Amino acid sequence: MGKIVVDVNKCLGCGACVKVCTLGAIRVEADPAAKNKLGKIAKIDTGLCSLCSTCISGCKFGAISMDFGEGPALTDYHGVFVFCEMTDGEFAPVAYELLGKGRELADQLQTKLSAVFVYAGDGAAAEKMGRKLISYGADRAVVIPCEKKAENLEENYADAICELVNAEKPEILLFGATMFGRSLAPRVAAGLRTGLTADCTVLAIDEETGLLQQTRPAFGGNLMATIVCPRHRPQMATVRPGIMKALAPDASRKGEVVTAATGAKAISGLELLEVVKAEKTESIKDAKIIIDCGRGVGSKKNLKLVKELCEKLGTAYGCSRPLVDTGLCEYPHQVGQTGCTVAPDLLICLGVSGAIQHLAGITNAKKIIAVNNDPDAPIFAAAHYKVVADCMDVVKEMLAQL
Amino acid sequence: MKFIVCIKQVPSTNEVRLDPVTHAIIRDGRQSVINPFDLYAVELGAQLRDRMGGTLTALSMGIPATERLLRECISRGADDAVLMTDRAFAGSDTLATSYAISLGVNAVGGADLILCGKMAVDGDTAQIGPELARTLGIHHVTDVAEVMDITEKDITVRKVTETGSFVEKVAFPAVITVVKDIVMPRLPSISGVRKSLDAPFKTFSAAEANADTARTGFNGSPTSVVKTFTPEGRTEAAPVEGTPADQAAFLLKAVKEVR
Repeated sequence: MGKIVVDVNKCLGCGACVKVCTLGAIRVEADPAAKNKLGKIAKIDTGLCSLCSTCISGCKFGAISMDFGEGPALTDYHGVFVFCEMTDGEFAPVAYELLGKGRELADQLQTKLSAVFVYAGDGAAAEKMGRKLISYGADRAVVIPCEKKAENLEENYADAICELVNAEKPEILLFGATMFGRSLAPRVAAGLRTGLTADCTVLAIDEETGLLQQTRPAFGGNLMATIVCPRHRPQMATVRPGIMKALAPDASRKGEVVTAATGAKAISGLELLEVVKAEKTESIKDAKIIIDCGRGVGSKKNLKLVKELCEKLGTAYGCSRPLVDTGLCEYPHQVGQTGCTVAPDLLICLGVSGAIQHLAGITNAKKIIAVNNDPDAPIFAAAHYKVVADCMDVVKEMLAQL
Repeated sequence: MKFIVCIKQVPSTNEVRLDPVTHAIIRDGRQSVINPFDLYAVELGAQLRDRMGGTLTALSMGIPATERLLRECISRGADDAVLMTDRAFAGSDTLATSYAISLGVNAVGGADLILCGKMAVDGDTAQIGPELARTLGIHHVTDVAEVMDITEKDITVRKVTETGSFVEKVAFPAVITVVKDIVMPRLPSISGVRKSLDAPFKTFSAAEANADTARTGFNGSPTSVVKTFTPEGRTEAAPVEGTPADQAAFLLKAVKEVR
């Protein structure tokens, strides 16, 4: 399926590639074929090499490259496919965001962007929905017809999507990292036996290799990892909602709506018995301003004051995990890795020390003001403004000034 | 009935530290724990086993030291444990991991219900459950928050969605992934710990599990990490000086500006 090769005419035997290889798959050895002063050439141990391509960009002399060989040519795969999820007969916002990003990737690869959706409505309605996707940037829309009773069950969609991919061979296939997408995409990836990167926040095309570089947070956002899928197609990723930008819809955009030869059928042994709509409660996920309490708030009595302040200011309140564990706050208010990820315009952290699990939940806040009596508290590293004070003194002052 | 619970060894998250120079995660292995989400799966598996009869097997892929955590699963209610361990499994991405776990499922003769945590706290991918189900060719339901009914043939569950929840009935064999708080994990009991010391524990190498080594470890992993880096740091926080009254005024002004 391809391998990393070293050009003996260009290799200087410098060993820079040895240093960048994380797998220890490269050694620089003496070789009579060497054309350099050292008489050495970089040798790739194909047993250890994962074809990650780090060494290609690590070689300043362009001596290392990927030889795709004569195998089942990856170059047979063309086009960018975006799966457009629907809820209640409308496309999810992330579908349009993916089309915006997909357009950019397709233009860079000089290929077509197809929007794929699974739809139980009739042909005319499907045509109308497909047009909408084209207006948001797709070159064509592919409708996968769906039995009514197969709707909303990802397993029913997965087989149909695999069939479509095997027939049309896209090089890239993207899904929204919604709960549905994060269940459907891995089922499709395992069916196709290809790679899948979860919850990406950055997608780009590597100029040299043409590979899709998929960047995602790991360890609760404390580490970013860039991942590629060099030997398998399609290159699949789920993309976090709310990150990519949708294009403004343009009704004059041209493109055709086609119906896939496959269809989503209700697989036996799987039934959706009931759809329960949650009452629209105010979630801290959508709050514009959050006052976030940590252990520094301390007691039930103090928490009551903070809640009073939130009420007067009309802000939401969040908390760190210890406050939930000790029963002071309820779980829906918990911010962090095992609670909510929040993205307010303003986050005020009161007595929050800044454990990394908590920080993982607040990285999307636009402005963070932290109040803590410990000037070295880790929360200050994530904050824009640093208030070194006892947080309850400040709360009491705020209440007094209102 | 046969139940399997899949667990992952993760660094105790309180101990996750980044090396300031290399930006690599400092892992010294000593503080590894059972992935917190998996503890809910262990407990649910134990409760369903108690209700329906049968056995609960804890299953993992990892280094030999994972035995300690698998024995902990036994002290928390599992009957026995299986570890897939081999150099050939090293470097697995989610597809290769699902394959290795599927070999473990087959090595113990399959199961009616396989339980997994919703995701692991180190990788955050949430992909193993669905990939495992597809690799085994069986059903799956993710994000299960409640078991409403279980029979010899099927299970009815409530899964959380962005807009509320779905009630789904799924025939065995199946994989479910569970969310936090579906049940309250029990603490290991003294008798449980004692039992776990001599409970059946088996390991399988790639060869013993008849693995196709083109599908394991690095060879079987379509994806590879080319770069890791710490997210861009912000510029240093601007100090807000003055008395608590001044600082309170600053905060109130900030609230007003946003609103």
